[in-house]
Amino acid sequence: MLEKIKDFASDFFVTGDPLIYGADVSIGLAMIAIVVGLTYFKKWGWLWRNYLTTVDHKKIGIMYILASILMLFRGGVDAIMMRTQLAFPNLEFLHPEHYNQVFTTHGVVMILFMAMPFMFGLFNIVVPLQLGARDVAYPFLNALSFWLFFLGAMLFNLSFVIGGSPDAGWLSYPPLSELQFNPGPGQNFYIWGIQISGIGSLATGINFIVTIIKMRAPGMTFMKMPMFTWSVFATCVIIIFAFPILTVTLALLFIDRFAGAHFFTLDGGGNPMMYINLIWMWGHPEVYIVILPAFGIFSEIVSVFSRKKLFGYTSMVFAMLIIAFVSFFTWAHHFFTMGSGADVNAFFALSTMLIAIPTGVKIFNWLFTMYRGRIRFDLPMLWTIGFIPCFIIGGMTGVLLSVAPADFQYHNSYFLIAHFHQVLIGGVVFGYFAGMYYWWPKMFGFKLNETLGRWAFWFWNIGFYVCFMPQYLLGLMGMTRRISTFDWDTGWGPLNVVSTMGAYLMGVAFLFQVLQIAYSIKHREVDTTGDIWDAHTLEWSIPSPAPEYNFAVVPVVDSRDPLWVEKQRRAAGKLPKNPPKPVYAPIHMPKNSSIPIIMSTFFFIAGFGFVFLWTWMAVLGLIGVAGCMIARSFQYDTDYYIPVEEIEKTEASIRGTV
Amino acid sequence: MAQHSTDSHAHGEDHAHGSLKSYIIGFILSIILTIIPLVVVMNHMFQATATILIIMITAVLQFVVQLFFFMHVRDRTGNQPRWNVMALIFGLAIVLVVVSGSVWIMAYNGVGY
Ligand code: HEM
Ligand SMILES: [Cu+2]
Repeated sequence: MLEKIKDFASDFFVTGDPLIYGADVSIGLAMIAIVVGLTYFKKWGWLWRNYLTTVDHKKIGIMYILASILMLFRGGVDAIMMRTQLAFPNLEFLHPEHYNQVFTTHGVVMILFMAMPFMFGLFNIVVPLQLGARDVAYPFLNALSFWLFFLGAMLFNLSFVIGGSPDAGWLSYPPLSELQFNPGPGQNFYIWGIQISGIGSLATGINFIVTIIKMRAPGMTFMKMPMFTWSVFATCVIIIFAFPILTVTLALLFIDRFAGAHFFTLDGGGNPMMYINLIWMWGHPEVYIVILPAFGIFSEIVSVFSRKKLFGYTSMVFAMLIIAFVSFFTWAHHFFTMGSGADVNAFFALSTMLIAIPTGVKIFNWLFTMYRGRIRFDLPMLWTIGFIPCFIIGGMTGVLLSVAPADFQYHNSYFLIAHFHQVLIGGVVFGYFAGMYYWWPKMFGFKLNETLGRWAFWFWNIGFYVCFMPQYLLGLMGMTRRISTFDWDTGWGPLNVVSTMGAYLMGVAFLFQVLQIAYSIKHREVDTTGDIWDAHTLEWSIPSPAPEYNFAVVPVVDSRDPLWVEKQRRAAGKLPKNPPKPVYAPIHMPKNSSIPIIMSTFFFIAGFGFVFLWTWMAVLGLIGVAGCMIARSFQYDTDYYIPVEEIEKTEASIRGTV
Repeated sequence: MAQHSTDSHAHGEDHAHGSLKSYIIGFILSIILTIIPLVVVMNHMFQATATILIIMITAVLQFVVQLFFFMHVRDRTGNQPRWNVMALIFGLAIVLVVVSGSVWIMAYNGVGY
């Protein structure tokens, strides 16, 4: 009996690696600390009522961003480990199998569990406020999306200590990801972690499309919408049409592994290349999903911090919609070398190059917005200015990669690694950081420390170039991606040391940011105006942080920069000095619900069952999911009204007036 | 940016829902369309090509049934644009790209060498 338990445990838990034991201990300690802390300070009830069961888009947004910063830490540790292993030839810090797991989890965590939730967090915090709405269209679904993402991500991360991590790359190409070559549960963790959080992503896409179509403030026509909201709209269109492709592809892979089907196997009529074809039909649109919101953020910031209107609003909108559309026609550029023939490659090379045009339009528009503006170099603007050169270089190396015949040289080399990190870090991460710094005062009512933020900015930027510029050269020298070590005689040694130093600089940059947040929480630079940046859009017309109902009175909009125009009118004396006392009406609000977190936990249980092929557990979990759906269908008491007296009281206390 | 006090844009707008009858009809139709391919495959009733054809035809019909009986493509509130139809058309375009693109890429697969 004891033997059997020991056997099971040594299979079930990941054993044998001191790094992982260390991680086990620190995870255990952190969990104990959290539980003890919450109990000691009697915060469980508070946490449950205010966060775990909330349907408030602002709090959900905060939870998204918190989770994604945690995941940035995890993905960053993976990155540092890889760069350490590659610092010198023939190092034995990570074994090859371990290295495979680390690059796989790094890629998945960074894109699906860092970039996506960061993006959804910003959607949640900003979009309803920019639209002048009280919440998103489906607040309950919104909470459910968050918890599905979170528990899907946790399921994926669990593979680290239980069962073993996936190791077939961030897109898990077969045949390596098929049962024959990957019999352990790691690959199942990959499939179910992504499937569960993918449901959440799809639901978020739908939610925000409906919110934008249905809940704009009176007077806000589509062409008066703020640019960030436009970018969210374009992104959500891509999400709705791309994510189902991912879901189906991974489902087919699972059927191969679970039921012995032959969609992507090497024999039995299957074809692994079909998987590659399908997954990139999601994968390419996915990169535009994460970059378009960053474009939207930069557009907001550039105009506010240049004290000008955004140059070329209409062309910006059309550029974004064209990018969204064309992004569905370029997927084969990820496998030019698969051998589909010259005409296929020519088509996809051209469509890829085509995307550079609307992207260039956007860059020029940002530059023209800055031209002759009175620019302020606060942190959001600093990141925007760091982004532009970085993204231009990344975009240009992308065009090099899109030349199909040349790609036979660049493909899967460090040239590619450098290219996509340049657009992902320089574009996506810098963009979301800019957004975080810009909207942080709106989220919490205080500003992040400027000095520490500048240190972080410079460490990130210098670290970035030191890390990734050498990798372009390494790629041209023949270093391929996903190798765990190399020999002295390759001559790649010196550039790799430099690259690793850059990675460490970025690690330091991240520490500066953590310090910055901690410091700013302690030494608050409180903002009482609600409009700390002298901005243009509706979210800044209300106090920071926004009250739970956002707008005490729904605003009416008659221009693209409603707040700015109002401030100008007021300055010109065209508005009454003392605006009439607003007339409040009871506000209709959704009630908190514990079903999202419970239902997602059942999803987690089902996923865990599928990972270990414990059918009883999977069935149990799915029954729980169904039960939650039924319970929700019979809930009629889902909303309430905030009475006028309470609105008056809240408004008086936050505005410190009347 | 004047002030406006009505609450017309909160959640709780009027939705057009189907009737019980249309839901039941849709449900029965979709069950029939699921059973047909199942029976055909389980009993090996036809040859491979015919079987595949039957599966594809029932799948497309299933899609239509879902759209009309459950997804409310015909619905429209007031003079609002027909978002459902627009999404459907865009979706069909993407499906066309996915299917024809895959066929194109996979058919020529290997020609390059
Ligand atoms: C913080 C600095 C970062 C460093 C130092 C870094 C470093 C690395 C390294 C060393 C690899 C493996 C190369 C190989 O062996 O093939 C890699 C792969 C990858 N990285 Fe990063 N990375 C960073 C940030 C990011 C970010 C922010 C993202 C996405 C938003 C990202 C996405 C990826 C992806 C998708 C892969 C491919 C994984 C695979 O081969 O399956 N990385 N990165
Ligand atoms: Cu691509």
